[in-house]
Amino acid sequence: MNGKVYPIPGGLHPAEHKAESNARTILVAPLAERYIVPLRQHLGQAARVLVQAGDTVLKGQIIGTPDGHISAAVHAPTSGRVLAVEPRPVAHPSGLPDLCVVIEADGADTAVEMHPIDWRNLAPGELAKPLAAMGLAGQGGAVFPSHVKLAPGGTAIETLILNGAECEPWITCDDRLMRERATAIMQGAEIMRHTLGAKRILVGIEDNKPQAAEAMRGACAQLKLAARVTVVPTRYPSGGAKQLTQLLTGLETPSGKISTDIGIQVFNVATAYALYRAVELGEPMLSRVVSVTGHVAEPHNIEARLGTPIVDLIRLAGGDLAGVTGHIIGGPMMGFDLDDTAAPLVKSVNCVIARNPALFPRHPPAMPCTRCGQCALACPASLQPFELYWHAKAKNLDKARAYKLFDCIECGCCSHVCPSHIPLVDYYRFAKSEIVAADRAKQAAEGARQRHEFQLLRQEREKQEKAARLGKKASERLEAGAVAADDPEAARKKAILDAAIARAKQAKETVQAKNTETLTPEQQRQIDAIEARRQAASPATEHEA
Amino acid sequence: MISAIIVMAAIGLVLGMVLGWAELKFKVTGNPLADKINDILPQTQCGQCGFPGCRPYAEAMAKGEADINRCPPGGEAGIQRLADLLGVEVKPFGAGVAPKPKSVAIIDENTCIGCTLCIQACPVDAIVGASKQLHVVVADLCTGCELCVTPCPVDCIHMEVVHETVNNWKWRYPVVPIHPERAAP
Ligand code: SF4
Ligand code: SF4
Ligand code: SF4
Ligand code: SF4
Repeated sequence: MNGKVYPIPGGLHPAEHKAESNARTILVAPLAERYIVPLRQHLGQAARVLVQAGDTVLKGQIIGTPDGHISAAVHAPTSGRVLAVEPRPVAHPSGLPDLCVVIEADGADTAVEMHPIDWRNLAPGELAKPLAAMGLAGQGGAVFPSHVKLAPGGTAIETLILNGAECEPWITCDDRLMRERATAIMQGAEIMRHTLGAKRILVGIEDNKPQAAEAMRGACAQLKLAARVTVVPTRYPSGGAKQLTQLLTGLETPSGKISTDIGIQVFNVATAYALYRAVELGEPMLSRVVSVTGHVAEPHNIEARLGTPIVDLIRLAGGDLAGVTGHIIGGPMMGFDLDDTAAPLVKSVNCVIARNPALFPRHPPAMPCTRCGQCALACPASLQPFELYWHAKAKNLDKARAYKLFDCIECGCCSHVCPSHIPLVDYYRFAKSEIVAADRAKQAAEGARQRHEFQLLRQEREKQEKAARLGKKASERLEAGAVAADDPEAARKKAILDAAIARAKQAKETVQAKNTETLTPEQQRQIDAIEARRQAASPATEHEA
Repeated sequence: MISAIIVMAAIGLVLGMVLGWAELKFKVTGNPLADKINDILPQTQCGQCGFPGCRPYAEAMAKGEADINRCPPGGEAGIQRLADLLGVEVKPFGAGVAPKPKSVAIIDENTCIGCTLCIQACPVDAIVGASKQLHVVVADLCTGCELCVTPCPVDCIHMEVVHETVNNWKWRYPVVPIHPERAAP
C-alpha cells in the first residue's frame, strides 16, 4: 500500500536519461595503483592530516582526523605507501587544487582490524561518538557529516525519512543500490531510527524506479520494520530534503529552517547503506557507488574506493566516445564542470557525465528578463526568482537576502524554464558567496575591534598601575629621607639607588610582553611544530638557550 | 469639566514619569554616529588614514573633521557605505592611496630572536610568543596592517598576499553577456 503523497509547489519534468545506466548491475572497481584522497570531502572543516610522505598505511586506517565539531574523518582506501601530501586537482567548481594524501597501493589490500559497533546496547544518541571516526558524510550531495546529523539535539526527531527519490536526470546510483542491496539499506535505516529515537521511517522513491520500490518494500517486510515505502510522482526536485519532507508528510519547512527543526531528519539511501557497513561490519566509509554515464561506451554504476581518479572510472565505463567535450560532476541540473579528470572520486560525487554538444547543447545567449513569471511558477521554494535575479545582478545583496535568497536550493528549475535563457542560478550562487564572505569579514572585523579595544584598556590599566607604584615609591623615599635627615650624603645615595632600581623594574616590565597564556590547542601544536623545526635547523642555538 | 482637567493632568503626569524613566533607562552613552561609522570601518587598525586606529578616524568623521576616502583597507565598497550613511557624495581615493590585496604577516621562524617588539606593535593581539621565545602570527587574527614589519630588529617579518583556496573561493559574477545584441558593433 502506498503512503499518502502531498502536493508541493513548482518543479518540472526534464528528460530523464535514466535508462542509459540503470540496467547494468553495479560494477565493483578493481584495485587501482594509486589513490588520491582529499582531506576535505565533507561540509565543514577539512580533516587534519595524520600521515606524511613515506609512511605505510593500511586499508581503513585514519589518515585525516576530524578537526572541530562539523568535520569528518578520512581513511586510507587500501594498504600501501604515502607518496605525498600535497595540493592536487579535486572535483570542485572552483577548479582550485586542495590538500590530498597520495597513496601508492601495495596490492595486498591489508586492512586494519575492524570492530562492529554494538548499537543495540547503546542508548539513542550515543552512537554519534564512535561514528565520528567512521568518516560518514551524506551521499546525496551535501556531504554533511552524518554523526552530527544523528545527534541533532534540540527538537526531538519523530520521523526518519530515507531519500531514494533520485530526481536528477542521468543519475541512477541510488536506484541500483536499492535494487541490489535493499536489506542492508533498511538495516542501516533501522540503526538510524534507533539512534535518533524516531518513531517511524518513511522511504520516498520516484515512480520511475518500480524495481527499487519493490525491493525496498520486500526488505521492510523481511526485517519487520516500522517503515513505509511511498512512491512519489517523478517530478524534479522531489529529492530535495524540504521537498521530500513535504511530499511525504505534508509539513512545510519554514523559511530559514531545516527539516530537523520540525522533527524530521532526512538521510540518503546510500548514507544508510554506508552506516550499515560502518556499524555492523566496522568498516569506515571507504567506497561509494557512482553513476558514470553520458557519452561513454558502457554507462555503468561503479562501486569504487574513494580516491580513485575519475579518469579510471571513465575507463571502466568503456571510456569516452568520440566528440566528448567535457565532464559534469553531479547531475545536469545542479552539477558543475570538471576541470581535470585526474581529480579523485570523493564522498559527494554521485555521478560523472561525459558531455557532448548533442546531449548538452550550448545555452543560447541570455536576453533581458521580461518578467514573464515562469521562473516563479517553477520554483519549488516558492521564491520570486526574477526579483532575486534583479537584486543579485545589481549586487544589491541586502535586498537579495530580504527576498529569501538563502531559501533557494539552487535546483536550477528557474534557469531551466526561463525563456530568456538567463543563467539565474549563477547569479544566486554569486550573491550567496558574496554574502557569506561579507559576513565572515564582518565577524573578523568585530573580533579585531574587540581585541584592539581590550589592548587599549590593558595599556591604560598598566599605565595607571605603574603611576600608582611610582607614587608609592616616592612617598616611601620621603619617609626614609626624614629618618636619615641627619646624614644628607647617605640619603642622596639611597635616592639614586632607588631610582635606578625603579628604572630597571620598569624596563623589565615593558619587555615582559607575554602573549602565550590563552593559546588554542591548534596554535600550540603549530608552535611546537615550528620549535621542532627550528631545533633541527640550527643546533647551534641549543647551548645558547 | 473639573474631572476632565484632573484626568488630563493625571495622564500627563503618568506619561511624563514614563518618559523621564525611559530617559534614564535608555540613556545614550558614547557617540552613536561614531559607533555606526566604526561599524563600517574594517578594524584593520593600520593607521593609514592618519589616525591611530579605526575608532579615532570614525570619531573625526562623526565630527565632520575628516574625509570619507582615507581608509584603503575598506576599499571602494567602504567609501560607498560611508557615503550612504553620512549622506555625502562618494569620492575616489586620493593620489597615492589605493587598496591592496589582503595579506597576512609571516615571521621567519629561523630568524626570530623573541624580542617581543612585534607583539607590542600589533594592534589586535595577533602575534603570540613570549620573551626570548619564537613568535608566531595567528593568520586568522592578523588584519594585515603591516605595523609589525618595521619594528622587527632582525627584519624577519614579511607580508604575504592571501591566496584563493577551495575554502575562501567565491562564485564569480556571471560573465554571460546579458545584451548580446548590443555587444555586437
Ligand atoms: S523566467 Fe526568465 S524572463 Fe521570465 S520572469 Fe523569470 S527570469 Fe524573467
Ligand atoms: S534555483 Fe532557487 S530560485 Fe531557482 S527555482 Fe530553484 S529554488 Fe527557486
Ligand atoms: S586606514 Fe586603517 S586604521 Fe584607518 S580606518 Fe582604515 S583600517 Fe582603520
Ligand atoms: S601580525 Fe602584524 S600585520 Fe598582522 S595584525 Fe598584527 S601587526 Fe598587523
